[in-house]
Amino acid sequence: MSVKVVIPTALARHTDGQKTFHSEAANLTALLTEFDAKFPALSENVKDEHGKLRKFINVYVNDEDIRFLGGDTHAFEDGDEVMLIPSIAGGSR
Amino acid sequence: MASSVSENLSQTVYELRCNECGKSFGNRPLSACEDCLAPLEVHYDLESVRGRFTRESIAAGPANIWRYKELLPIPAGYQPDLPVGFTPLIRAKNLGKRIGANNLFIKNDSVCFPTLSFKDRVVSVALANAQAFGFATVGCSSTGNLANSVAAQAARLGLKATILVPADLEAAKILNTQVYGARLVRIDGNYDHVNRLCTQIADEYNWGFVNVNLRPYYAEGSKTVGYEIAEQLGWKLPDNIVCPMAGGSLIRKIRKAFKELIALGLVEPKEVRFFGAQATGCSPISQAVKNGWDYIEPQKPNTIARSLAIGNPADGPAAAKMIQETGGWAEDVSDIEIVSGIQELAETEGIFTETAGGVTTSVTARLYAHGRISPDELTVTVITGNGLKTTDALEGRFIAEPAVKPKLAAFDEYLRSLDGTPEIAAEEELATV
Repeated sequence: MSVKVVIPTALARHTDGQKTFHSEAANLTALLTEFDAKFPALSENVKDEHGKLRKFINVYVNDEDIRFLGGDTHAFEDGDEVMLIPSIAGGSR
Repeated sequence: MASSVSENLSQTVYELRCNECGKSFGNRPLSACEDCLAPLEVHYDLESVRGRFTRESIAAGPANIWRYKELLPIPAGYQPDLPVGFTPLIRAKNLGKRIGANNLFIKNDSVCFPTLSFKDRVVSVALANAQAFGFATVGCSSTGNLANSVAAQAARLGLKATILVPADLEAAKILNTQVYGARLVRIDGNYDHVNRLCTQIADEYNWGFVNVNLRPYYAEGSKTVGYEIAEQLGWKLPDNIVCPMAGGSLIRKIRKAFKELIALGLVEPKEVRFFGAQATGCSPISQAVKNGWDYIEPQKPNTIARSLAIGNPADGPAAAKMIQETGGWAEDVSDIEIVSGIQELAETEGIFTETAGGVTTSVTARLYAHGRISPDELTVTVITGNGLKTTDALEGRFIAEPAVKPKLAAFDEYLRSLDGTPEIAAEEELATV
């Protein structure tokens, strides 16, 4: 199983310039653990002091906010696109 | 600060700073901290403004938001040429009588120039910075007011505008944007999809998106609502502000404006209480306040108040926290109450507001009814948009009247059929005149 992870340009400095990469992670918690090993600097940026994703980062799985799918434990499926994006995209109308 | 204050006393010193980790970013098109991704905000060195931002200097300025330009993030030498704002603040005696308010004012941004919503304020500040940063193309994601304003003001400044909207947007809103010559791109998705796409586009293209990479500057334009309220009250602060909430930015910026005025000695210090208004069908910030949360639980919007329908507001956590700090409160009202609020404001004060204004009016009434605001407190309700843009909300509220023949007798008969009391003067009354 493999998912495509997409991160903002601002964070690509921690992933050797890669804005997209593949992961075998089964869910968001596993993905963050994977960051620890593969991209420790990225991990430091996106996680708070409790090891949780910072509150200003939104995660979308195939266009849906992960919080509407069940959050951290939502099971990724093969071919999913998992996007990390600043919550500034809350935007204004 | 990036540049030394002492070197440059004729120019306001400001820069972007992360609200969470405090890191400085100078001045550039950037909305989120590169470290923690928290929203960036413009911070001023108020000492660089002191002595230049006075009641007298403001009174000598133009009758628009640029009278406050010393406290706006405007690049050195920029000559604003967008007449925006300085909208009426009116005493709402009639509405007050209905809802039990003795000292109620309406800040009427339904007549803001040039596109009849408070968005004109933020867009003009954003576009000033877009020009300074050298963007030839500006844009936004929007479903209405913001699109209109970006398109109109970009036209005046000679900037190219690309506006992204959800594909199912109403024809009238598309027309109100296209008329200014803007390129309008319909996206096959909802507003959240459009907004996320804009974030990605801003990341890849050299475009200035007013509510994405120019957002910190854009948001500062909202402060002018606060400056105007204070000046129009005779340089004093109200007891309470009632303000609609979408992304949660405006309410915070009004408070920022008041704090700056206090710090610079233009008004007496006062703890103003802030009250937020949302539609129940999209009420993440109001829910946070009511539950005492410091976080937001995102919602899927379902309300006619589409200009407030942001289910995952970027400034929501900060707005909820700030409202609680000031001793204020937040309320949300149903779609039926929103329509009643629109009609109530129109019937009492002659102001036709959009659905967001219906939300704010209804919430104001409820705050008085529940005793959260006392009748004699000086309260300002902020109306942010014009009803002519959302007439669909009132569809079916008024019956189509029959056509009356152009004869006095027919008119007389018609009036009798309505209420049986014709208003024509009786013959004997006429005789005595």
